[in-house]
Amino acid sequence: MTVATQAVAHPAHRMTVRQLTPFYGKRQAVQAVDLDVRPHEILALIGPSGCGKSTVLRCLNRMHEAIPYAHVAGTVKLDDTDIYSPRIDATLVRRKIGMVFQMPIALRTRSIYENIAVGLRLGGIRSKGELDGRVEQALRDANLWDEVKDKLALSGLALSGGQQQRLSIARTIAVVPAVILFDEPCSALDPISTLKIEALLLQLRERYTIVIVTHNMQQAARVADRTAVFMVEQSAAVPLGVLVEEGTTDQIFSTPKDSRTEDYLSGRVG
Amino acid sequence: MTLQTNMLNYGGRRVVDRTLRGCTVVATAIAIIPLVLIIGYVLVVGGSSLNVAFFTQTYMPPVPADSGGAVDPATGLPADFAGIDVSGGTLADPNAPVVPAEPDLTQIQAQGGVLHGIVGTLLITLVGLLFALPIGLMAGIFLAEYPSNSLATGIRFCCDVLSGAPSIVIGVVGYTLLVQQARTYSGLAGAVAITFLMVPTIARTTEEMLKLVPHAVREAAMAMGAPKWYGTLTVVVPTALTGIVTGALLAFARGAGETAPLLLTIQGNSNLSYDLLAPMAALPLLTYKYIESPFPAENQLAWGTAFVLLLLVLGVNLLVRVVTTRIKGGV
Ligand SMILES: Nc1ncnc2c1ncn2[C@@H]1O[C@H](COP(=O)(O)OP(=O)(O)O)[C@@H](O)[C@H]1O
Ligand SMILES: [Mg+2]
Repeated sequence: MTVATQAVAHPAHRMTVRQLTPFYGKRQAVQAVDLDVRPHEILALIGPSGCGKSTVLRCLNRMHEAIPYAHVAGTVKLDDTDIYSPRIDATLVRRKIGMVFQMPIALRTRSIYENIAVGLRLGGIRSKGELDGRVEQALRDANLWDEVKDKLALSGLALSGGQQQRLSIARTIAVVPAVILFDEPCSALDPISTLKIEALLLQLRERYTIVIVTHNMQQAARVADRTAVFMVEQSAAVPLGVLVEEGTTDQIFSTPKDSRTEDYLSGRVG
Repeated sequence: MTLQTNMLNYGGRRVVDRTLRGCTVVATAIAIIPLVLIIGYVLVVGGSSLNVAFFTQTYMPPVPADSGGAVDPATGLPADFAGIDVSGGTLADPNAPVVPAEPDLTQIQAQGGVLHGIVGTLLITLVGLLFALPIGLMAGIFLAEYPSNSLATGIRFCCDVLSGAPSIVIGVVGYTLLVQQARTYSGLAGAVAITFLMVPTIARTTEEMLKLVPHAVREAAMAMGAPKWYGTLTVVVPTALTGIVTGALLAFARGAGETAPLLLTIQGNSNLSYDLLAPMAALPLLTYKYIESPFPAENQLAWGTAFVLLLLVLGVNLLVRVVTTRIKGGV
């Protein structure tokens, strides 16, 4: 496959984050963030617990505003579109920028098949033939097809935690998003399942732009092209998250510019 | 040294643990014994008054034991009603006051059954549930999914007041608004009164069950790009369905046993009637009526109706068990 055809098959999407400031009520959770997510890269957000990784991630597909008292300042662009523009529908943003959570969520009243088909139907796909094809493709792309092809009618709860997490991923990629956000996707999984998910992440990078939150530095080192490090500002009266630095994963782990990053990575903080 | 102190502490803890556990066992027993006694007594006494006619016939006037059920065609009453010698007998002294023989009430036999009550209770409670389900479900969904809405606070308060209100008050309201306006007692008025009792139960159980659905499930639906209403109806509500069905069944059981609201709305009816716009019978009402009756045989029937009512409620509770285990079993 040539580079040119690959570009056509898998369009390149970037995200541009400028002065992004998330609030919970009146309380500012994170200091204004500037961040770029480049096409077909895996960007890892790392840092100690409570530093605002999840908060920033959830601002990238407007899940933050699902919390009633939460709001956001600043801009987030997918390619050239401001996702916070009043003309843009949040539900469409979430289809374009998918999200996989820490707890694998198999929608419990639905079969494995339906777990994926429900998102496709939302997108307006009705024909049984097309649904079947897309469900199979999503399960194949999530490396789950061989394990579930004989039990598509069973409840998603019949799967192991790792399989459920890949089912969540299949549900997300079934609607062909531009970007996929992962919030600690492996922290509820055993090491083997974790390795399978990491392998899948590297595979998905060929097609999607990926942002992953992890508290596992080795995981960031294993999968991420670039890494952004967040810290909690201790001096402030209320804890405030800050983005201390970002760079290629190699650079962050070998020659961090910020002393706080160095302390964190060497285990002295967090 | 430290080890010893720890062991001493442990001994103390064990005493406290034993004592508290003993208290809970005693408290549980105190709570359960009356329940077992009531159910057992009703089953034994009520069960003995059951026969086929009890379930297949409607009200019939009681008859003396020896009349064989003969009925005076003119009055519709048993030929020798209540053991009174209607022929007058021989009068030794025409001036002496006529003293009818003291009727021996224990010789009176009840006949007929309570089919009209069973049908009435089922009809009224089902129609009540039919009204209460949509209102209660929607209120419950609203309370759970839009909890910070100021309207929700008001609705929640109303539900709590309504479910705490004495049910006779509901009966009075039903009487004033429906019976007096329509100028007739009716099964429908009873069903509406029962609705008022069911709605808060259904709304609050629905709310509680929906609140148990993890927030992550809602977020998963949202992250699929589903609008909130879609996620609520296709993901959140189905996840909590077992609990919601349980709440509805319990509301049904409670509604079936209510007496006070029916007392003032359906009046009662000795005949089998399916007409919701006319007076109707119901089991709790029959129980009340038969207990008040001077005839011991009819008092016995009251135990029978109590028995049937209890069976209905126990049956519904059993159904709840089946529903919850079946669904939890992953089917
Ligand atoms: N739903 C919420 N309401 C209020 N504050 C929140 C909420 N979620 C997170 N926070 C606060 O925002 C800060 C960042 O949290 P979070 O983004 O979850 O951190 P991380 O994912 O890095 O562990 C924390 O101080 C936390 O207390
Ligand atoms: Mg987090």
